[in-house]
Amino acid sequence: MRKHNVVGHAPLRVDGLEKVTGAALYTGDLKFPRMLHAHVVRSPHAHAIVRGVNVEKAKAVPGVRAVVTGRDFPLHTGIYLKDQTIFAIDRVRFVGDPVAAVAAETPEAAMEAARLVEVDYEPLPAVLSVLDGIKEGAPLVHPDMGKYTVESWITPKPGTNICNHLKVRKGDYEGALKKCKHVIENTFTVPQVQHVPMEPHIVVARVDQSGRVEVHTSAQSPFTVRHLLCACFGLSHGDVEVIVPTVGGGFGGKAGINLEPIAVALAMRTNGRPVKFAVTRSEEFYATVVRQGLTATLVSGVDESGRIQAQKLHYLWDCGGYGGYGVNVVRAAGYTCGGSYSFPNVQGDSIGVYTNRPVGSAYRGFGMQEIHWALEQQMDRVAHELGIDPVEFRLINCLKPGRTTVTGQVLEEGSGRIDLCIEEVKKAMGPRGDKVPFKGRGVACAVKAPAMPNNAASSVLLKFAEDETLEILISGTDMGQGLATVSAQYAAEVLRLPMDKIRVRMRPRTDLSPYDWQTVASRQTFATGNAVLKAAEDCKRQLIDMAAEAWGINASDADARLYLEDCKVHDRESGRALTYESLVMGYQFSDGHTIGGPVASAKSFVPEGLLFLDPETSQCSKPVATWTFGTQGVDITVDPDTGAVTIDRLVACYDVGQVVNPGMIRGQAFGGMVQGVGTGTMEELVLDPVTGAPKNASFMDYKIPTALDIPTEMEASFVETPQPDGPLGARGVGEHTMIPTPAAIANALYDACGIRLDSMPITAEKVLAALKAKKEGEKK
Amino acid sequence: MRHNISVRVNGMVEEHEVEPHVSLLTFLRETLDLTGAKEGCNEGECGSCMVLLDGKAVNACLTLAVEVDGHEITTIEGVGDAKRLHPLQSAFLKNHAVQCGFCTPGMIMTTLGLIAENPAPTEQEIKVALAGNLCRCTGYRQIIDAIQEGAEAMRQEGSVK
Repeated sequence: MRKHNVVGHAPLRVDGLEKVTGAALYTGDLKFPRMLHAHVVRSPHAHAIVRGVNVEKAKAVPGVRAVVTGRDFPLHTGIYLKDQTIFAIDRVRFVGDPVAAVAAETPEAAMEAARLVEVDYEPLPAVLSVLDGIKEGAPLVHPDMGKYTVESWITPKPGTNICNHLKVRKGDYEGALKKCKHVIENTFTVPQVQHVPMEPHIVVARVDQSGRVEVHTSAQSPFTVRHLLCACFGLSHGDVEVIVPTVGGGFGGKAGINLEPIAVALAMRTNGRPVKFAVTRSEEFYATVVRQGLTATLVSGVDESGRIQAQKLHYLWDCGGYGGYGVNVVRAAGYTCGGSYSFPNVQGDSIGVYTNRPVGSAYRGFGMQEIHWALEQQMDRVAHELGIDPVEFRLINCLKPGRTTVTGQVLEEGSGRIDLCIEEVKKAMGPRGDKVPFKGRGVACAVKAPAMPNNAASSVLLKFAEDETLEILISGTDMGQGLATVSAQYAAEVLRLPMDKIRVRMRPRTDLSPYDWQTVASRQTFATGNAVLKAAEDCKRQLIDMAAEAWGINASDADARLYLEDCKVHDRESGRALTYESLVMGYQFSDGHTIGGPVASAKSFVPEGLLFLDPETSQCSKPVATWTFGTQGVDITVDPDTGAVTIDRLVACYDVGQVVNPGMIRGQAFGGMVQGVGTGTMEELVLDPVTGAPKNASFMDYKIPTALDIPTEMEASFVETPQPDGPLGARGVGEHTMIPTPAAIANALYDACGIRLDSMPITAEKVLAALKAKKEGEKK
Repeated sequence: MRHNISVRVNGMVEEHEVEPHVSLLTFLRETLDLTGAKEGCNEGECGSCMVLLDGKAVNACLTLAVEVDGHEITTIEGVGDAKRLHPLQSAFLKNHAVQCGFCTPGMIMTTLGLIAENPAPTEQEIKVALAGNLCRCTGYRQIIDAIQEGAEAMRQEGSVK
C-alpha cells in the first residue's frame, strides 16, 4: 500500500513539455541586444612565469571592443580556498589557464584578436603528477599559499603543494595491526576525467551604467556564483544579479563559480553591452574543471574471524592548478574514508596536492567513486585472500545500526541500511550457477553524505495566485535531476492539489528568488524538499484557520474538524466546503468584510545538529546531515582475444528512505550507472607527460558511453528506511548511482579471469595486457 | 560572397542571404531564431543539433546553409507542440526519458529519421541509430523504451507503415 497520494507516485516532469518540444531556453538560446562575443587567451604552458602581456595588436583588430588581462583584476576567488585570480597575473599553473580575454562584435573577431595577444612566458619545471607534487623540493605551484584566505576547516600547508590534509584517527591502528593474522596492502589509481555535460559552460554578463552586474549563466548555484563574484570584484551583493536559465546538465562541473568572472570582467569594459562567453567542447574538456585524480594506498589488518580490525587509508588527490573547490572533495573523502564499513581502528589521511594539471573540482559523487574504486576492490581482495565469499565478507564488516563510522559516529536505524541493499542485490543477481570461463560477477557498495558547510541553507516561497494556482519559487536548480517536479510533489501532497495546479518557477534569479546555497551534494530533495513541506504546511494552516473563522469554528477544534481535499477545505461535521479560490486572496463574508490575505509562505531549511570534526582526529558524533547507502552487482563477459568487457547485467539497490518519484529515480539510477560504466571502462583525460597539454580534448578521442555501450540489462531497486529528518523520510541519491560501478566491474573482472586492474579505467587494452601477463606468469 | 537561399523550414519558405561558411545550425539558431537544435560540440560528434533534411536525420553543425538551398528542413519546433504533441514526444514524456533536455531534440529528430526508414526498429537497431547522439543524464535506457513505445504509437495511428 502506498503511504502518500503524490509522493511515491510518478507524475510526469513539470518541465517535460518544454523540453520535448525544444521550447526550453538554455543560456545560449537567449538573445540580447548589442551582444558581444568573448574569447579567452589560454596558457600553452603547464607552469610558467608571465613576464608581460601585450594586447596592442589584439586591440587593433576590427570589431574588438575590450581586452582584459590579469593585472586589471587582482582579487582572488575560490569557494573554500581563495587561490585563483580571474586571469593569471604573474604565473600560469596549467595548460589552459586564462591569461587574457577579448570581447568583440563577432566570435571570429574575438578569436582572431585573442590569437594576437602576445604573452611573454618564462617556462618553469612543471608538476605533472601527484607523486611528484608531494616530493621534498618539488616546484611550488602556489608559492604564495600562506597569503590566501581559507575556511577554518581547510588546512593548506604553505611551503608545500599540499592544499588540504584531513586526518582520521580512530582507535589504535598500529597496535591493532600488529595483532592481525592477515595484512593486505594495495595501491589504486584514478585518472582525471571530465564531467561532459551536453551543454558546455556558457555565460552572458552585462554591467549597466550604474554598475549593476547582471549574469545569465549555466550554473548549478546562482547564489554562490553571486557571492563569489562579489568577492573577486569587491562588489556589494545588492549590485549583482545572477539568473540561471535551463541548465543542460552539470554533474558538479557547474557547481561553485566557473566562467562567470571572465565574462563580468569583460562586461565591465564594454560600456553596457552584454558579453557572451561560451567555451568550445575542446575547452570544456581541459579548461573548465575536471574530476580530481586519486592515488590510494590501503592496508587492511584482518583477524581470524574475517573482521577487519585495522584499516589504513591513504588518499592522495591530484587537485590540479587550483584547489578552491577540490579541497572540500579532499575533506569529504577523509571523513568518509572507510566507506560502508565499520573499522574499529583507523588511520586515514586524505591529502590534496596541487599539480600543474587541469583544475580539479566537484564531480557527481564528490570523491566517492574514486575512493570506492580503491576500497571496494580492497575488500574483495581481502575476502578472496581469506577464502570468504565477497558478499558475505561485506555483510560481516559493513556498517549497521549501532556500529561506528570512521569518525566515531554511531549509526542508527534512520541512517539507512547497507546490509539490506547488499541482500537485495544478492537476491536480484540470483544464484551463481556453474563457473563459465571469462564470465564473472562482482559487487561493490557505496556510501555518501552531502559534503557541504554545516550551515548550508535552502529556502522556498510558496504563493497562491487568484485562481488557486500555487507558485513555488526555489533557487535549487533543476539541471535534469528533477528537483522542480519533486518540489511540486511535496507541495501537492500537503495541499492536496493536482500537479497541474502547481507551477514551479525554474529560473532562479538572485534578486527575486529565495536563497539557496548550492545545488550539489544530492542535497536538494532533502533540503528544498523539507523547506517546501514546511511552507506547504504553513499554507495549509492559513487555509484552515481562515475557513474555521469563516464558519465560526473554534481554532482549537479546527484541526480535528477541517481537512483539505480537491482544492477545498472541508468540515467533517457539517459537510460544508470552501474552495481554495474563495480563500487564497482572503475570505470575504457576505457583508463584505474580509479576513486573512493572500496565502503565501516563505520557509527555509538548515540541517540540525551538525558539528565540526575534531581538527586532529576528525572524530565527530554528527559530521553530516545524512548518509545514503547502496550496492551494485554486475555480470560481465570478457573477450579473451580482444580484452573487451561486455556488461551483461548491472543491478543497483539504494536505501533512499522514501522514493519520491519512481519514474525519475530510475532515471537517476540508470544515468548514474551508465556514467559509472563510462568512467569505469573508457574515460580518462590524457595529458602529454612532458608538456602537460591535453591529448584527447574532443569527442573524437575522449569517449563517453553511447547507447551501444550500456549494459544489456539494467535494474534498480530501492530500500526505504525512513530518514527521520528527511522530507517524508527521503534522502538524496543523485550522485550515489555512479559511485560503486567501476569497482563492481573490476571485481567481476577478477571473478571472470583472475586479473586485477588497479588503475581506472578498465580498457580492453589493459585487460588484454593483463591476460597476457597472467598467461606468461603461469608458464613460468 | 553571399548567397541567396530558399529553404522550406517546418513547412514555411525561408529566403535569406547567407555567408558561404555559415552552418545550417548557425542559420537555424541565429537567423531563424529556431533554438531547439543545440550546439553541443560543433563537430558532428554529439548529435544535439540533429534535424531532418528531406526526411533524413543530419547534423546541422556539419551541414552548410548553402547546401540546403531548395530543400526541406524539419526541426524539433516542427514536430509537435504542447496542444498537438507528436506520439514520440508523448512517449519521451511518459517514459521519463528526459532529464536536462539538451540532447532531447536531437534524440527525437534522429529517431524520426530512423522510423521513417524502419517503422519497427529492434532495440539493437535503435541503439545503432542513436550511437551518434550522446546523452550524459539518462543512461539511454528510458530513451530506448520511449522510442519503442513511440514507434508503436506511430504505427497504430498509421503515420508510418
